[in-house]
Amino acid sequence: MISRQEVDHVARLARLHFEEEELGRLQPELGRIIEYVQQLSELDLSGLDVTSHAVALKNVLRPDEPVPGLTQEEATANGPHVERGQFVVPKIG
Amino acid sequence: MTAGRAATGERSDGSAIDVTTLTAHRCRELLAAGEVSATELTRAYLDRIAAVDEAVQSYLLVDEPGALAAAATVDAKPRAERSPWEGVPIGLKDILCVKGMETTCASRILKGYVPPYDATVISKLRAAGLIFLGKLNMDEFAMGSSTENSAFKTTRNPWDLDRVPGGSSGGSAACVAASEAPWALGTDTGGSIRQPASLCGVVGLKPTYGAVSRYGLIAFASSLDQIGPLTRDVRDAAALLDLIAGRDPRDSTSIGLSEPAGVPDRGDLEGLRFGVIKEFVGDACDPGVRDVFDSTVDAIALLGGVCEEVSLPSVERGVAAYYIIAPSEASSNLARFDGVRYGHRTAHSQDLYEMYTRTRSQGFGTEVKRRIMIGTYALSAGYYDAYYAQAQRTRTLIIQDFEQAFSRFDFLISPTSPTVAFKIGERMADPLAMYLSDLCTIPVNLAALPGISIPAGMSGGLPVGLQIIGPHFSERGLLNAAHAVEQKLQVEVVAPLAEVER
Repeated sequence: MISRQEVDHVARLARLHFEEEELGRLQPELGRIIEYVQQLSELDLSGLDVTSHAVALKNVLRPDEPVPGLTQEEATANGPHVERGQFVVPKIG
Repeated sequence: MTAGRAATGERSDGSAIDVTTLTAHRCRELLAAGEVSATELTRAYLDRIAAVDEAVQSYLLVDEPGALAAAATVDAKPRAERSPWEGVPIGLKDILCVKGMETTCASRILKGYVPPYDATVISKLRAAGLIFLGKLNMDEFAMGSSTENSAFKTTRNPWDLDRVPGGSSGGSAACVAASEAPWALGTDTGGSIRQPASLCGVVGLKPTYGAVSRYGLIAFASSLDQIGPLTRDVRDAAALLDLIAGRDPRDSTSIGLSEPAGVPDRGDLEGLRFGVIKEFVGDACDPGVRDVFDSTVDAIALLGGVCEEVSLPSVERGVAAYYIIAPSEASSNLARFDGVRYGHRTAHSQDLYEMYTRTRSQGFGTEVKRRIMIGTYALSAGYYDAYYAQAQRTRTLIIQDFEQAFSRFDFLISPTSPTVAFKIGERMADPLAMYLSDLCTIPVNLAALPGISIPAGMSGGLPVGLQIIGPHFSERGLLNAAHAVEQKLQVEVVAPLAEVER
């Protein structure tokens, strides 16, 4: 249903890593879920629009006025590694 | 009055009132009459939590000092100057940002996160003077139907501690049923308010999509998520909805209610037509649930309502469409948890890609990773049309089926959940079986409709809920209809919890 290569590819896209033992469970589980949702392909839905919003709303605007936001200190207070008011990350590989 | 139960307040005849078993509107009346102080009321709930939460495990965080300080502020104010709900305590699902109060979404990846701002619903409740007792357990990122996917604890059903409370707002439902808060806020993406309300025997309302602002709600599936009340009666659900509803410039999808829900007082159902959703009754349900549902249909008829079966063929595809749409949106929403700005980061990574990957793999639990994988797969190149677009077309079909049904009926009804509360562990090995717990509730989210679950009766000692669904923004009428049914059925909503009362 879903190949090992596909699982590896999708995990890379999602920035997730799975140990071999986890993959042994995950691959068939994903396969069963995908098989279940594939029942939708049996439906003839030609001519139906794709829902973009289930309650009609359009052009939601507000005045573009500056309001107070978070201070730099508040905005960075939860960062796991912050120096001089900036988020620090490892080098980009 | 059971020994060990916290009691405060005294009636004119001298007998004590157990305030923890009261509805929020009764608490409000006692406060207004000066029969109980905000501090006494808050203390009673904190004592009750201390007595039973070791067994129920509904709270992730109890803010005793904050709650008592807020209560003292209320008590210092002359009663005439207080707003109506000032001093009434409430429990909050741990998915809502509360300034200065740890908010984890029951995930390791947000352990230690302290929001620098309040969600809009929290600002509104703060302004109304409610007392925040603490944060309630849930399935991690609201992904689940049993609260077993919490990274921190397993909440138990107060009616039977070996069973789940439902989910994802399981902590909210269990705490109300166990008298650990008079009411609570939850969120509902595919049934996460209504299904646990049903399994714990309390009232749970999912408002129309857009009725309540989601600013400060940690997003799961943005086209489906709504915040709503879990309460002991329909009147409280209406009151809490009115406290939190409204358009918010900070959430461009918010609209507000067309009219306040007010105080539901309808006593009959004369002139109302109820459609019984054919696809959700019969073989779709356990026999015990079906029996309770059938007697509820009889009760509606006795109240003057007309019940007729109606078929909405597309709703049977709801779970399949949902398990493409919700994970797709989640895979995008949860990309923000990357170890940079908040929460967990795995140390000692060689480069940024490795830091992202190790942080997310360690920080997210199994079900969250499973859904991110499904969503990423469905949205990836080559699969988008086959999965995502097909699911959104199915959603259009479901919306059309509901529209047609509402041209003939005022409300639609079904059981809220096909089963009563199941045993802890029973469905954890089979994700699909867990997903099917939400068969009757998911289509309501897909069509953005309001839905309420009210206690309808008991099966084998466990609560069974009735789901009533209305057209968009019909909350006032929906709550009035639910009130009439509730008054007729008179189901007990506070769990006996005999095991933990000594």
